[in-house]
Amino acid sequence: MKALIITFALAVGMSALHAQPADKIKIEDLQKMVGGSAGKIQVLNFWATWCAPCIKELPLFEQLNATRKDIEVSLISIDLDLDPNPDKIYRFIDRKKLKSTVYILDERDPNTWIDKIDKSWSGAIPATLVVNLENGKRRFVEKELKEGDLEEIINSVK
Amino acid sequence: MNALKSLFAIALIAVMTAGAPVKPGYEVGDSAMDFKLKNYDGKMVSMADYKEAKGYIVIFNCNTCPYSKAYDSRIIALNKKYASKGFPVITINPNDPGLSPGDSFDEMKSQAKRNKYDFPYLVDETQDVARTYGATNTPHVYVLDKVSESNLKVVYIGAIDDNSRNADAVTKRYVEDAVDALMQSKSVPTTKTKAIGCTIKWKNS
Repeated sequence: MKALIITFALAVGMSALHAQPADKIKIEDLQKMVGGSAGKIQVLNFWATWCAPCIKELPLFEQLNATRKDIEVSLISIDLDLDPNPDKIYRFIDRKKLKSTVYILDERDPNTWIDKIDKSWSGAIPATLVVNLENGKRRFVEKELKEGDLEEIINSVK
Repeated sequence: MNALKSLFAIALIAVMTAGAPVKPGYEVGDSAMDFKLKNYDGKMVSMADYKEAKGYIVIFNCNTCPYSKAYDSRIIALNKKYASKGFPVITINPNDPGLSPGDSFDEMKSQAKRNKYDFPYLVDETQDVARTYGATNTPHVYVLDKVSESNLKVVYIGAIDDNSRNADAVTKRYVEDAVDALMQSKSVPTTKTKAIGCTIKWKNS
């Protein structure tokens, strides 16, 4: 009986741990990620659980994350802009078994931070920012990426 | 004269879409073109139909985007507040129903009836109007000042307000501020804003 309780407690504890696989992040943190002068090539993908074209292109980022050790992939969820409860994001990460690092952007009033990512960004998603910290080159694209697009963008900042 | 005007509009579209950069679109201060698009009730609607209008609140919008849903009651309220003052709301759905079946004409009809729209909900089948205006998201607002019959000046482009998820927590009402300023012949305080939104579902070119 005791063992059962312990097992149960352990299971609950683990699932609680498992239920928060994404940290909240502020715009300043994002700026720091792409503002350094050394390190891996940064790939930031802006997405949300409600965005169908975002979900369609996610496997491309997952594949990049799995195959390229010289690249750091971050999936930035902007779900909080519409829904204060992040549970949907946690469930999504769990269901899709996402391996890339997911962050939840915790900002209000997009008009104050969209330009800080890129001045050309209208705010529509999906959108992707690629920054080569070594040489400072960056590319921003505001569209759904297809097979091969990411590689082309990454090569263009080499 | 009207035929001449339409011809001019068509020529303008042709000029603006042929070989134009990917994202041309209007800037604040530009003169916006009128359109003639099919409403959910089957009738054709142009801004010129509104003889008494002093301006327009043109909103590119759709059925399916969660932001459009979040703003639906606020858009209805905008028309209730401003149509009688000479600034009617006109909504336009540019989404390709092939890519977004929930935005088909039939779905538009159901939505407009269900939510009792008392303003047009037009279909931009060719997507030419959205492209000419430079709309990117839904909802994406263009406030126009009718300087004259032939000059519909763009005075505001962007979001409805600064809080998508909670209408009660809004601190900046961009569209209302713009229209209020026009009514008082003052300059529009904020002329351009950005917001998170669903990208317009463009036909595959």
